[in-house]
Amino acid sequence: MTSTSKGLEEARTASPTSQSRLIRYVSRVRELGLLVVLLLIVVIVSVQVPSFLTVSNLEQILLAIAIIAIVAVGETLVVLTRNVDLSVGSMVGFAAFAAADLFKQQPGTNVLVAILVGCLLGLVLGAINGLIVTVGRVPAIIVTLGTLYVYRGLDFVVAGGTQVSASDVPDSYLSLATTKILGIPALLLFAAAIALIFAYLLHSTRYGRQLYAIGSNPEAARLVGIRSNVMVFSAFLLCGLLCGFAGVLWGARFATVDSTAASGLELQVIAAVVVGGVNIFGGSGTILGAVLGAIVLGTVDDALNLLKLSQFWLQAIDGMAILVAVTLDAFITHWLQRALITRRQK
Amino acid sequence: MTETSKPIVELTGAAKQFGAVQAVRNGELVLYPGEVHALLGENGAGKSTLVKILGGIHRPDAGVLKVAGEVVELHNPAQSQHLGIAVIHQEPTLFPDLNVAENVFMGRHPRDRFGRVDWKRMYQEVERLIARLDVPLSVYTPVQGLSVADQQMVEIANALSLNARVLVMDEPTAALSAHEVEKLFVITKQLREQGVAIVLVTHRLEEVFALADRVTIMRDGAHVITAPTSQFTSEDIIRYMVGRELTALFPKSEAEIGDVLLDVQHLTREGVFKDISFQLRRGEILGFSGLVGAGRTEVARVLFGIDRGDAGEIRINKERVHISSPKVAMRYGLAYVPEDRRQQGLVMDFSIAANMTLPIVQQLSRFGVVVDRQREREIATDYSQQLRVRSAGIDQLVKALSGGNQQKVVLAKWLITNPKILILDEPTRGVDVGAKAEVHRIVSDLAAKGLAIILISSELPEVLGMSDRVLVMHEGHLTGEFSRAEANQEKVMFAATGQVSNDKHK
Repeated sequence: MTSTSKGLEEARTASPTSQSRLIRYVSRVRELGLLVVLLLIVVIVSVQVPSFLTVSNLEQILLAIAIIAIVAVGETLVVLTRNVDLSVGSMVGFAAFAAADLFKQQPGTNVLVAILVGCLLGLVLGAINGLIVTVGRVPAIIVTLGTLYVYRGLDFVVAGGTQVSASDVPDSYLSLATTKILGIPALLLFAAAIALIFAYLLHSTRYGRQLYAIGSNPEAARLVGIRSNVMVFSAFLLCGLLCGFAGVLWGARFATVDSTAASGLELQVIAAVVVGGVNIFGGSGTILGAVLGAIVLGTVDDALNLLKLSQFWLQAIDGMAILVAVTLDAFITHWLQRALITRRQK
Repeated sequence: MTETSKPIVELTGAAKQFGAVQAVRNGELVLYPGEVHALLGENGAGKSTLVKILGGIHRPDAGVLKVAGEVVELHNPAQSQHLGIAVIHQEPTLFPDLNVAENVFMGRHPRDRFGRVDWKRMYQEVERLIARLDVPLSVYTPVQGLSVADQQMVEIANALSLNARVLVMDEPTAALSAHEVEKLFVITKQLREQGVAIVLVTHRLEEVFALADRVTIMRDGAHVITAPTSQFTSEDIIRYMVGRELTALFPKSEAEIGDVLLDVQHLTREGVFKDISFQLRRGEILGFSGLVGAGRTEVARVLFGIDRGDAGEIRINKERVHISSPKVAMRYGLAYVPEDRRQQGLVMDFSIAANMTLPIVQQLSRFGVVVDRQREREIATDYSQQLRVRSAGIDQLVKALSGGNQQKVVLAKWLITNPKILILDEPTRGVDVGAKAEVHRIVSDLAAKGLAIILISSELPEVLGMSDRVLVMHEGHLTGEFSRAEANQEKVMFAATGQVSNDKHK
């Protein structure tokens, strides 16, 4: 997120007025608030459970959410355009099986080929979503609810009840997730790199800004000559691509893949995106927010585990986190508007 | 405008049909560099459609467009912008989540040599544009908090940034304050000096005479006349627009004034208005005058139960009432036609019939569930005819109607509830001269039938012409009350600007 903070730095030096400072502060408050929440959790839990604040546990948390974070980046692109992709879990699962099964069917396959196959499959699935949404003019929530089942069904057909296990795949494949570079697991590096690339894309390219424009006001976007269909299609395409790659990593991380891999992942991903302050109605939100959302949820899950709370609490607390985040967002938006209006009247 | 210059835009024989409605039949607009050209016509005459053809938003069914002498076909707005045609639309179309600067440069962000968005340069350029407009607006503010006037300024900054050869402004002044209008006119004149052709769509004739070099008038989708402004008087223009002589703009007919129906005493809403007392009688039209922001709409909102009053009492038929919600207000026979019909008055995606019968949908339902479509259609047809709504039929979607006809649908919607007290908030804003006279006739007829009417209006001639009595508000206080005989422009204006101390209300 270096480019974002740099842009903000420039903005800050360019205009010192108190009004714009307030507005910039509030527009950042979502991410700041999340950081505060994260720190609170860390402090409270580490007092209760000393083993929480260890390097190995923190690494564990990040590893657990790395794949969610990668998919959340793709989901953010789609949500920004006022759409949603519910099929991400199925795409990740399908791509994971396709990539891992390759080694079983044709031993000696190069890892790069497996990566390519996973990514291509993701691209195709994403393209199908995008085409039905843009050309078919069907609401994304319906389309991707359908493809959630269709893609998972195809996955079942291809897998036919078989499973790929660690003995079927070469170590070179597993090392995609496990290798450490300078002491940091490769999986985390992949996630960080993807987050940075797409944060840059959203903040510093016309393409990225136009994604925001479409979500903020589709009609106005049309008037300034933005080709909404192409843009929305590309968002689904990129989301599919990221799901494909995330699927490849999924196989590498868990080694055992069957046709139920990554079931229900879409809910965790959407939870992360929404908790991270990406407006579900499009137009606002950042990659940093979505990634922070994933980290907060992952930390909560880990903390509940260490506190030996029942697993059943996990889902309830995830759900509550979403409700709190969305309510807070609505509250802040309302407050911001009021603040601006009173300011104007003075 | 020099006589020898060649036209920059020539649009001839333009036609455009939407469903059954022929919006433009024979549109014509010829623009020369360095002229301000007023495009006039009643609402529904096809001005906005013609503007949208120029802007590349609508593709005409027929007609030829030449830009700088070359025949062009516009397929999208970007192409029109590329040819140097900038359009400021009637309703600001901006990105609420994004800041002022991005709204100006969306789709055309300045880029550095690596192809990255150059935020710093963008902020600087927009700051320069805003400075040129002389408005206190921060380029970092998200647009969602801005007033309509400020949003309009962002649109204008956008048009300036395009360095357009042709600038089309569709009713740019409707939402602006006098000060802002003045600044806009200064800029318009500057652009004219620089050789830009400016199209001004407006309903305010004084603006036409103050600014325009030439005038084009449309009626019923067709071109009527184009000539230098100096050849017209206001009466001429109105005659060409409506195609008939207007006997009187404000045909207030005599109505019998009955007993007190609404009695408001010391009504107060903290920080908004204070100590408002007045009485309203059957058959009476009570005008509410004052400057924008004086608190008139706020009083109406409390009367209709949208907001709560903090002190004071309201009596209807001598009975003290507590109006806690619009539903309660409707039960007491109140109806409120709000100023912003797009946001508060109409469901744009519903048909005329569905909109008109919305408040009585309960009564139209069998077993409270299934709507009686037959009754709905009968009632809607009846009111459409009474109010002379011009449409392709009662199934037409309201968003396809012109402003004046939309206003009639809002009126019908409330009249169907059979109100005893009707509050009209700026009923003729954005409505053309012909439709305005019709609205006035309808209001006058309603009063004659015994309705008590509160007419909130910022147009002095309208208030003076229509009202039996005029109340004037200034910064939340009543500052004047005049009978029809006493009221004149000077007295009302004095009270509205708070320059008269009226002992009665202090």
